[in-house]
Amino acid sequence: MLAERFAALRAEGRRALVCYVTAGHPSPVQSEALIRGIAGAGADVIEVGVPFSDPVADGPTIQSSSFAALAAGMTFDGTLALASRARPGVPLVLFTYLNPLLAAGSDALDRARDAGFSGVLVTDLPVGADAERERRISGGPLDFVRLVAPTTPDDRMAIIGRHGSGFVYLISRLGVTGARADVPADVGAAVRRLRSACALPVCVGFGISTPAQAAEVARHADGVVVGSALVQAAGRSVDEAVALVAAMRAAMDRAVAAA
Amino acid sequence: MSDRVAAPAPGEAERRFGPYGGQYVPETLIPALEQLERAYASAVADRGFQATLDQLLGEYAGRPSKLTDAPNLSKVIGARVVLKREDLNHTGAHKINNALAQALLAKRMGKRRIIAETGAGQHGVATATACARLGLECVVYMGEEDMRRQALNVFRMRLMGGTVIPVTSGTRTLKDATSEAIRDWVGSCDSSHYIIGSVVGPAPYPRMVRDFQAIIGREARAQVLERTGVLPQSVVACVGGGSNAIGIFHAFVGDREVELIGVEAAGKGLHTAEHSASLAAGRPGVLHGALSYLLQDAAGQVHPAHSISAGLDYPGVGPEHAYLHDSGRATYVSCTDSDALDAFAKMSRLEGIIPALETAHAVGWMLANAGRWAPEHVVLLCVSGRGDKDVAQVAQSHTFRS
Ligand SMILES: Cc1ncc(COP(=O)(O)O)c(C=O)c1O
Repeated sequence: MLAERFAALRAEGRRALVCYVTAGHPSPVQSEALIRGIAGAGADVIEVGVPFSDPVADGPTIQSSSFAALAAGMTFDGTLALASRARPGVPLVLFTYLNPLLAAGSDALDRARDAGFSGVLVTDLPVGADAERERRISGGPLDFVRLVAPTTPDDRMAIIGRHGSGFVYLISRLGVTGARADVPADVGAAVRRLRSACALPVCVGFGISTPAQAAEVARHADGVVVGSALVQAAGRSVDEAVALVAAMRAAMDRAVAAA
Repeated sequence: MSDRVAAPAPGEAERRFGPYGGQYVPETLIPALEQLERAYASAVADRGFQATLDQLLGEYAGRPSKLTDAPNLSKVIGARVVLKREDLNHTGAHKINNALAQALLAKRMGKRRIIAETGAGQHGVATATACARLGLECVVYMGEEDMRRQALNVFRMRLMGGTVIPVTSGTRTLKDATSEAIRDWVGSCDSSHYIIGSVVGPAPYPRMVRDFQAIIGREARAQVLERTGVLPQSVVACVGGGSNAIGIFHAFVGDREVELIGVEAAGKGLHTAEHSASLAAGRPGVLHGALSYLLQDAAGQVHPAHSISAGLDYPGVGPEHAYLHDSGRATYVSCTDSDALDAFAKMSRLEGIIPALETAHAVGWMLANAGRWAPEHVVLLCVSGRGDKDVAQVAQSHTFRS
């Protein structure tokens, strides 16, 4: 389903807007409204994050959204229930750390598919770290979205490309998640390097926080991921988050049309 | 003194102990860990590196550490208790063995900025010390709660030029200090080296830190044999992440008749939710890059640990201990906060040696098990550190108010 979505976007000459939300944030009830709202405002793919007690790849914004969601009682199963209630009509990617996924049992990904998920991304399960668990995830019902970092050498990019499906998530800068004031100058070069190693659609994320930044990245990549900035906006209000998504959508479409 | 550690063969098997260990980290760190694996393999094969390390350990840190008979404690326990005196090392704990070695390794990799996490502050102090000596920049993450418990060590780190960053997220103790150190490294791994303070974290740390701490057991085994003519019946050590324990166990793993006993912190009791006994009460899970026993709830959220001792207050444990636990080669027991406090006082009184609160857990378990050995048995205790850092905290506790 992720592949179809990216193929359709490519046929239309558009770029994917991939939006991250933390399940249960800003509250379990508002979380459902948020997912529907951003789908309506132009999100093409929504990553729904399972909150975790020890999110080592996340900066303060997503950390505090995770802690708030946990305090409100959100869990792995709660995340699946949220997705099946929201049914936003766009592909969903289950975004999780490994431990809650392990604790959810061997049928976790089948249940995720039943809840409406199309893909899974495991933050702390890099390619080659655990061949057996990776094989089980690859053999399951969901696309397995893998990450490429600024530190990843070319030969490893090719290996990651072979072990992933749906799209590949290119981390645009060294560091944990968090909104930043600028887009790294070499993002175009990083995308080109990845494209020559791997055939999957490339979505770029980490730090993208304004419509102007989204537009700039859209000129280079198949998709743009917005995370912390959206979580920050959602912390203020669902409406503000929906407005940010609409503004990013418009800016990206304009930039691509002008190119 | 030639204490050579074997060069590890690279590959997946080297990253695990049975099913435990691994490299469960964000993609960004994979190249840094691979670089570290290569640098470590080349360093252990390099006589120059070994010679520099041996010299630092000998002339700067004060190795080999003494083996001391504990005649008064022996009477109480009912066996011959001998102490491996890591408390006599420069900076007062075993942590310096690993900190000096990794700081040298960082220099070899051309990384001049060092990151560390600390609980009791002993690893932070050891790292700040190694950085001062070797001219490296040092940033230490420490939970706010631990900075309060271990104010003396915060001052020591700053005195030696270290930057101590308070961690205010989550539990405000060692777990979240470790998470913050990892986050720093995710953003700085091109120029910084992360010196983990125990046998935890992603490969190659658990094996590498074990190798750097194994000098404790190599020395102790030879010293015990020379002193007593026999191998010890039991080797006892406290277990936080597990570095002093694995350090003293390693040389004895092949001596099947020697009992290896790790003492976890039972906090307010294993029947409560407030303890740090990952092996006794946890189940396998992934935290800070490794699969090992972990205190967690049914949904896979990490359960906050508790211990009166900041150095044992951690919900995980090194993956090699998980392996030794499952295989039965080592036995893991526990000691409560209050028994550790009693042992802290008792050992001070009996032997004129104030142990670290962490070490006091091992002493507490021995006192609770007095009489389980025959009088001719030798029991080797790892005195992982000295208790100066804990005196202020203990003075405030009820037991010692007068
Ligand atoms: C004196 C002392 N002993 C033991 C520990 C626990 O660590 P490990 O289990 O890695 O030896 C610490 C940690 O801070 C310590 O300072």
